Amino acid sequence: MRDSLGGVRSVLLLGGRSEIGLAVVERLLLEGAREVVLAARGGVTDPPETLTVTGANVHSLDFDAEAVDTHAATIAAAVDLVGDLDVVVDAFGVLGEQSAYEADPVEAARAATVNYTGHVSSGLAVAARLREQGHGTLMVLSSVAGVRVRRANFVYGSAKAGLDGFAQGLADSLHGSGARVLVVRPGYVATRMSAHVEPAPFPATPGQVADVAVRGLRSGAGTVWAPPVLRPLFTALSLLPRPLWRRLGR
Amino acid sequence: MSRPTLLTGWGRTSPTAATVVRPRTVEQVAEALTRAGPRGALARGLGRSYGDAAQSAGGLVLDCSSLTGPLRLDTERDEITAPAGIDLRRLTTYLLRHGRVLPVVPGTAHVTLGGAIAADVHGKNHHIDSSLGAHVRSLTLATPLGELLELGPDRGDVDLFHATVGGMGLTGVITSATVAVRPVETSHVMVDIDRTGDLDATLELMGDGPRGHRYTVGWIDLLARGGDTGRGIVTRARHALRTDLPAPLRDEPWRVRPRSAPAAPRWAPSGLLNRWTAQAFNTAYYNAAPRRRRGRIRPLDAFHHPLDAVEGWNRLYGPRGFAQYQFVVPFGEEDTLRAVVEDLARTGAPSFLAVLKRMGDPTPGPLSFPRPGWTLAMDLPVDHPGLARLLRGFDERVLAAGGRLYLAKDGRASAEVVHAMYPELPAWRKVRERVDPGGVLVSDLARRLELV
Repeated sequence: MRDSLGGVRSVLLLGGRSEIGLAVVERLLLEGAREVVLAARGGVTDPPETLTVTGANVHSLDFDAEAVDTHAATIAAAVDLVGDLDVVVDAFGVLGEQSAYEADPVEAARAATVNYTGHVSSGLAVAARLREQGHGTLMVLSSVAGVRVRRANFVYGSAKAGLDGFAQGLADSLHGSGARVLVVRPGYVATRMSAHVEPAPFPATPGQVADVAVRGLRSGAGTVWAPPVLRPLFTALSLLPRPLWRRLGR
Repeated sequence: MSRPTLLTGWGRTSPTAATVVRPRTVEQVAEALTRAGPRGALARGLGRSYGDAAQSAGGLVLDCSSLTGPLRLDTERDEITAPAGIDLRRLTTYLLRHGRVLPVVPGTAHVTLGGAIAADVHGKNHHIDSSLGAHVRSLTLATPLGELLELGPDRGDVDLFHATVGGMGLTGVITSATVAVRPVETSHVMVDIDRTGDLDATLELMGDGPRGHRYTVGWIDLLARGGDTGRGIVTRARHALRTDLPAPLRDEPWRVRPRSAPAAPRWAPSGLLNRWTAQAFNTAYYNAAPRRRRGRIRPLDAFHHPLDAVEGWNRLYGPRGFAQYQFVVPFGEEDTLRAVVEDLARTGAPSFLAVLKRMGDPTPGPLSFPRPGWTLAMDLPVDHPGLARLLRGFDERVLAAGGRLYLAKDGRASAEVVHAMYPELPAWRKVRERVDPGGVLVSDLARRLELV
């Protein structure tokens, strides 16, 4: 249950090792959350210390993003552990090399499954639960890469574009149900996942993205950009003529 | 089942969705309770509790504001029997026609009788007359097991009666009640007004009022700092006698003039009520009050319910809404009160309406809020930075002082803190489990604070 000042009791993190996701959970714990479920492949048996120091109960669940037929059961298992899901952070994803994807179409399709299809099955299962309980927020970690897909990372970007569109549609379908969807669009974030990518302008840390995301939870926003300056920037970029866009090096 | 409806408390924070039905009769209440699904059921009145007490996410909410039934005034015994759905404005208007008033009314008349009992509301006369629950002679309670129970302090299941008074609707649905009424000579009060320079002066004036003042309330300017910290306006009043009234009013001493209530705008921007507007308002309000005035004749409803003069004033806080924080600390713990007032003044948390009252004897209700001591209530916009931390700090202080928070106002406290403040909670749960073994009755408040 979200309290009147925006605090929550329970959090489910899909992508239990995501640095941004964990930073969000950390902040919610400091604001008083008591129950956390970390869902990741093989479970998360060694949660970061920053999560356990607040005295909250940290649970772990096995969650395979590619095994779309298991997602509804995972959500049900999380409900069994903590009861109502106040916030679900949808943070799983993979980011490979575009050139490697182009050389290995099967691997590219697998990445697309993790980055898009897996969110469809888990997102719909979460939405069904939130609708039933009459409250709750699904936070979807999208990316500016999906706002206008670029030559330099179109396998990843196209999946994020699909995810972003899915999340917006899901948000509209939940309107009036008491549940809502918050779409978070970060730019370049320096994490393990992006270590092989060269930093882009306006980089952010996982903590900075989490700050923006948690503010969005509190304010009731539908979409937030991290950092916020990316919003006007990408509005401008989406107007760039195609030949110019194509030639962007990155 | 119809489409879910989003419900909030008066503070307009934390909306959750529920299926809402509007029973008009006791039979319809009983029938609705049998239809509750796995997410449970809950009665709601006029939605004046500030937080999440009258909403139940995913559940069935019985809007009882249309719940009717016989209205009977017994002038021999000075008691009225009324349906739980009647609002206190209509009830008071009816009573005044017969020269009677309710012994206790809260700060707004826009509450149902059932809701007022479920929250065990108090008024400006708690130090003399206790809370509404002390004047309830009996009530009818519909339980999830399909029973219709007659309860009172001396009849039926007495423990269940006490668990229901202040029980926040979690023991059943109150369908009607019989409440003691008080004969009065007029529909007016004689009001004494004093402006006080600081908190000590405010407390002194309120703590040691002369005899004859049934009602005492202090408004505190929580934004005044330094030597002015805790300055305020103390208002004390007694029921006016017929001979107190000017000649034109004397012929119709119980007359109630209808008040026209201008409505607040449908929409106001976030941040309209901020530190600067609050400071300007508070300063103007303080300066506009007379330094000392005696015997001002005021209509009862204007005195009891000043804010009812602006319909929907809660909208002024903007779309994000506001929180009310109300606590009581025992006499002797004035330092805790002082620390809270000083902290609020220092942090500049914008509070327009900070109300201080003195409390006397409590009712036996295990979840009933009032305890002998000082109670301070304030409205705060939820987007004030750092508010959550500030209030958590106050929780700790209030708890350490042996005080507690008012559940009907709360929307943000933690379960641990509230459990420590209400040590009789386990005993209350045992009584509740007798009448609701299936755990049907549940609210967002009950879930958040793990009351059930």
